[in-house]
Amino acid sequence: MSTMTLTPVTRPAGGGVTALGRHSLALAQRSLIKTTRTPEALIDVTIQPVIFLLLFTYLFGGAIADGNRHAYLQFLLPGMLAQSVAMGGMALGQNLNADIEKGVFDRFRSLPISRAAPLVGAVLADVVRYLTVCVVMLGFGTIVMGFRVETGVVPTLAAVALSIAFGLCFCWISVWVGMLARSSGAVQGIMFLLVLPLSFGSDVYVRTDTLPEVVQSFVAVNPITPLVATIRGLLTGGPVAGPLTTTLIWMAGLLAVFVPLALRAYARRA
Amino acid sequence: MTTEDLVVRAEGLRKRFGKTQALDGVDLSMRRGTVLGVLGPNGAGKTTAVRVLATLLRPDSGSAFVAGVDVLRNPREVRRRVGLTGQYASVDEDLTGVQNLVLIGRLLDLSGRDARRRAGELLEWFDLTEAAQRPAKTYSGGMRRRLDLAASLVGRPEVIFLDEPTTGLDPAKREDMWGVVRTQVTSGASVLLTTQYLEEADALADEIVVVDHGRVIAHDTPDGLKRRVGGQTLRVRPSDPSRLPDVLRLLDAVAARGTSASLDEAAGSRPGAASVPVTGDEALGGLIPALRADRIEVTELALHLPSLDEVFHSLTGRRKADDLPDGTRAGDLPGPAKAEEMV
Repeated sequence: MSTMTLTPVTRPAGGGVTALGRHSLALAQRSLIKTTRTPEALIDVTIQPVIFLLLFTYLFGGAIADGNRHAYLQFLLPGMLAQSVAMGGMALGQNLNADIEKGVFDRFRSLPISRAAPLVGAVLADVVRYLTVCVVMLGFGTIVMGFRVETGVVPTLAAVALSIAFGLCFCWISVWVGMLARSSGAVQGIMFLLVLPLSFGSDVYVRTDTLPEVVQSFVAVNPITPLVATIRGLLTGGPVAGPLTTTLIWMAGLLAVFVPLALRAYARRA
Repeated sequence: MTTEDLVVRAEGLRKRFGKTQALDGVDLSMRRGTVLGVLGPNGAGKTTAVRVLATLLRPDSGSAFVAGVDVLRNPREVRRRVGLTGQYASVDEDLTGVQNLVLIGRLLDLSGRDARRRAGELLEWFDLTEAAQRPAKTYSGGMRRRLDLAASLVGRPEVIFLDEPTTGLDPAKREDMWGVVRTQVTSGASVLLTTQYLEEADALADEIVVVDHGRVIAHDTPDGLKRRVGGQTLRVRPSDPSRLPDVLRLLDAVAARGTSASLDEAAGSRPGAASVPVTGDEALGGLIPALRADRIEVTELALHLPSLDEVFHSLTGRRKADDLPDGTRAGDLPGPAKAEEMV
């Protein structure tokens, strides 16, 4: 080992929100490097939603839509987009849980950065996964299966942006569960228990008026429902303003509840 | 000594986990520019103490100042001044060596260029330049430890906490690590390291704190501690038991002042060997040529350091033989030899 030369260690002042942003971005980059090393971790936002799309369109679509599979695809795809983004956040809690077990987070805790930065960084990196799911589903649906956007480029981009934004809010549930659960397997189990009723207890697959009344009242309060309605409006036409407002309120609510819960659980896990 | 000279100062630290009182009123002090060895068996509270001082854990009560900053009131400022290497290498396995260090640099608010330069010089210094572009999961245990230690040095901390830095490393790698610690102190840092090995504390520390059951039971220099514990023992077992009287004579020649050689007759020890208390490794150097000159073949020749067991025995009056390593070092052996395993 040779002698050490000195590189000046400059530390620009500037704390608070800018520091949190800077550190979170550095940590998001870490997550992205990990993703490129294990591309198979992207299966749940690439192959899996495509299989679901094929399965529902060609296996159940005929029966559900009385033989008109194309009409069913037009109905199904926007809803599945919303559902896939919600499900795409499940992996985040699992990964964070595994990360903490390995001790990397001890290193982060011993650094003069905000306690929130490692979690915020991981969430920011998830943007890539949500963007992937949107591109894959819209691309595959349009090019291979014949889905047609009936509005235009701007509403489509808006639908993608909204999906990603919703995913970023919704995934804090997964982060919270990831901090609480004792193993990453448990995170997956708990999240499935939570996300399955939310995704199937909505109007993603069938029209609400075909459902029993009890289920209809669940669908009415399900946060996925207004998101699905907004994305349908943006991609295939229909009212947007009403469901969009409800969706935005839900997003704010998810952040207000689950960000503090996740941060507290993270602090306690030390 | 004024309090300004103390770079670590802790008083009455207590921490309870469920039914376990991990820290039961720990007082610690470390002078600037020195190495403090915190010695104790598994579960003594060493790691808990380090985690409190490094702001990873809040104590239930007590106070601590690190580099003059209150650990409880201003943990963020403490984190700017300390580096921590935990018991388990906390490197990111998916990131390469250089990516690991650049990330830490960015989190310490270095510019991208400075972070890369600092990473490069640390990798070179820790002999990891060739492995710099490989994911850390391909590293050996020793390489991981070095990368982990490098990560804790990115910000040039004033105080470095090393929690059992050599546990699980082979002896050669351990000595490399000791070299790193010494260099850090030379360049102005203060190092607090925990260890289970008396030998390690002896090799590195200016002062040693012995911890047991969440309490400090001794704080002394290594020499002071050894005086309390008693010195090392040299044991020789001749191949031919009839040469034992000659062995006794030779051992007497290297005996520590005021002691003499004796046959091993304690319960449980195999007969046919002789032992003598000695003051240091030099005794071996004198003995081996003497054995050769007298044509005495030996099957065992070993220098037993005062073990942690003996430290505890002399400090607390009770034995903890079950979970403690034995400080034993094999000598340079002529003929067939039984080298006892070094821990």
